[in-house]
Amino acid sequence: MSDMAEPGFARQPEKPPAATLGALGWLRAHLFNSIPNTILTLLAIFVIVKLVPPFIAWLLIDSKFVAANAKECREAAGACWAFIAEWYRFILFGRFPYAEQWRPLIVIVIFIAMFLASCNRRLWGRSLLAIWIGGAALVLLLMFGGVFGMSYVGTDLWNGLPLTLILAVFGMLLAFPLAILLALGRRSHMPAVHSLSVAYIELIRGVPLITILFMASIMLPLFLPSGTTIDKLLRAQIAIILFAAAYLAEIIRGGLQAIPKGQYEAADSLGLSYWRKMRLVILPQALTTVIPPLVNTFIGTFKDTSLVIIIGLLDLLGTANNSLNDANWRGFYWEAYIFVGLIYWSFCFFMSKYSQYLERDLNKARRR
Amino acid sequence: MAFESSRRDVGISPTAPAFWNNPAVRSIVYQVLLVGGVIAVGAYLVHNTLVNLDRQGIATGFGFLDREAAFEIGESLIRYTPADTYGRALLVGLLNTLCVAGIGIVLATILGTIMGIARLSTNWLISKLASFYVETVRNIPVLLQLIVWWDILRVSAPGPREAWQPVPDVFISNRGVIYPVPIYDPVHLWMGAALVLGIVASVVVARWARARQMATGAQFPVLKTNAALVIGLPLVVFVLGGMPLELDKPELRGFNFSGGHVVSPEFVALLVGLTVYTAAFIAEIVRAGIIAVSWGQSEAAMALGLRRGLTLRLVVLPQALRVIVPPMTSQYLNLTKNSSLAVAIGFPDLQSIANTTMNQTGQAIEGIALSMAVYLTISLLISLFMNWYNRFVRLVER
Repeated sequence: MSDMAEPGFARQPEKPPAATLGALGWLRAHLFNSIPNTILTLLAIFVIVKLVPPFIAWLLIDSKFVAANAKECREAAGACWAFIAEWYRFILFGRFPYAEQWRPLIVIVIFIAMFLASCNRRLWGRSLLAIWIGGAALVLLLMFGGVFGMSYVGTDLWNGLPLTLILAVFGMLLAFPLAILLALGRRSHMPAVHSLSVAYIELIRGVPLITILFMASIMLPLFLPSGTTIDKLLRAQIAIILFAAAYLAEIIRGGLQAIPKGQYEAADSLGLSYWRKMRLVILPQALTTVIPPLVNTFIGTFKDTSLVIIIGLLDLLGTANNSLNDANWRGFYWEAYIFVGLIYWSFCFFMSKYSQYLERDLNKARRR
Repeated sequence: MAFESSRRDVGISPTAPAFWNNPAVRSIVYQVLLVGGVIAVGAYLVHNTLVNLDRQGIATGFGFLDREAAFEIGESLIRYTPADTYGRALLVGLLNTLCVAGIGIVLATILGTIMGIARLSTNWLISKLASFYVETVRNIPVLLQLIVWWDILRVSAPGPREAWQPVPDVFISNRGVIYPVPIYDPVHLWMGAALVLGIVASVVVARWARARQMATGAQFPVLKTNAALVIGLPLVVFVLGGMPLELDKPELRGFNFSGGHVVSPEFVALLVGLTVYTAAFIAEIVRAGIIAVSWGQSEAAMALGLRRGLTLRLVVLPQALRVIVPPMTSQYLNLTKNSSLAVAIGFPDLQSIANTTMNQTGQAIEGIALSMAVYLTISLLISLFMNWYNRFVRLVER
């Protein structure tokens, strides 16, 4: 920097070498910066060129979007989206009475609206709880019907996407109070309360959801007084609630542990009773810190609801499977699974992106 | 309720609190009520169950385990015929579950680690491809993925006559994957013994070299020596034994293969599905673990003159493992538990054999209790092992 000493002789700054600039520079820095990387890049390009164009051709170019019948569709080299056009209402709503399928459609819209409302942080707290309980009540009203001129629809006809959403959302909502009790129980100093909570949580977390679903579907009827029957959907829902509660409890426990001891002591010194201390001081803070993992658990529950097809409920995956059994339209596996997979993926992807954003944002506030 | 017990010790009030305000008394009352309630509910359920079972004429007990199972099992690691007992059938299922879970855990760890490192690669294309993989696979239910893999193998895969042949003598068809296996020779047993000996010797060498380096500072080429021990010893035995390597190769006879070892499409679908799904989560864990080690650590290692491989092995990895191991444990548990989804694609794992047993005998409670107990034991064993391993990698503070 000796040039700086002589004023008036300021040199025009030299441009960096051309090879580090612009598109070429970017390519060199990001794709060809070393020999192994160059080999990897070429390999990746080779694989992409081999796989992607045929897939795109199958997906969009050679595919049939409109077809009079399955035979015409089968002759096309690409995907048969006419299959989806023919079957999308069955895959989405299942055997719900065809003329009344606006009801599950509104249910889906309500659920999406509930998810979007939950993203608004000004609503967090009591109003969000009210929104969820109100939304849940509205969902049940629309699904059951029987009032306001809507015909009554039994739970065996609740299929497809609404069933998936109901199992996941109701599962989380109803598991939450149980999970809070379990988390508090696990941190309790009373030996009986502590060991019962630990036993429950570890038992449930140690076995697969399938086993619990089988237990609910086979053993629940045995547990009840003889003569009473219990709805199939309710059995699955109970299993999911019991399952989700154990996982939620562990996450809430993590939040409780993150609260500094001073907060407990401050609440004690104010003379608050145990429950008021928890409700007014500890839980509001503990739950806020664990919102990102809670969202992740919700995503897990949402994906896990697909297991109910094993005990014979027709959720989104079940209706897709059933549509494949139709004698005329047999064999369009890929189309059905891509359609259903895309629905699952979009719900989970946006929720996980939101939870990642939230985690960064909450941490930012805490770091300051 | 800890805070209540401290109040008495401090002695805020000169008189003792009323009997019903005594926290110790309250605590006992609450616990008695809770335990009493749990027992009452439990007794009610048990009573209902016994009444219901009695009405259906089902006898309780595990006596059915000794009865003849009388159903076929598609694949088994041990000898099994329908004439064997239910107990043996369940054992077959347990071994199948352990087999799928064990291989799956190893493969998922390898694939996940590669993908996690690839996501951090400076190569833009590679990191984007890895991100695409993780974001796609993580957000689709594992059951859907299993069914898709199964359909690929069952429907989209060609018949035995047109089987895919990715490597010579390995055939993929809708009958499963068929690969050659060496025909057994006594020398192979000695090779196994040599391998064990090699591993034991390499542990001894590693300990000795470490102690010597601590004492004198002199280094010893541990990695090369141990590689020579572990690979070389069995190889020497192999050569001395006259190199008995006769392969039982699969051959197309008529409409199917004969010879070789056959793995069913169900097993392959389950293994591939679980591996691909779990590896996406492991990739994220590995990535987070590596990011958690600050860049300054690598810079410091480079400033000390360590080469890139040594930096990774001696500085970055030990610190990253601390962050990686605990969440990795829960992924291993998830994979093991998800292997019960075999029910959906008809692989005879523990849960599906338990289901068949329950359907045939009507012993629902015993069947579910048995499978719960077994899964719980497996989970517990994996947890114990990983906690034991975690003790080695976690931060040792003064």
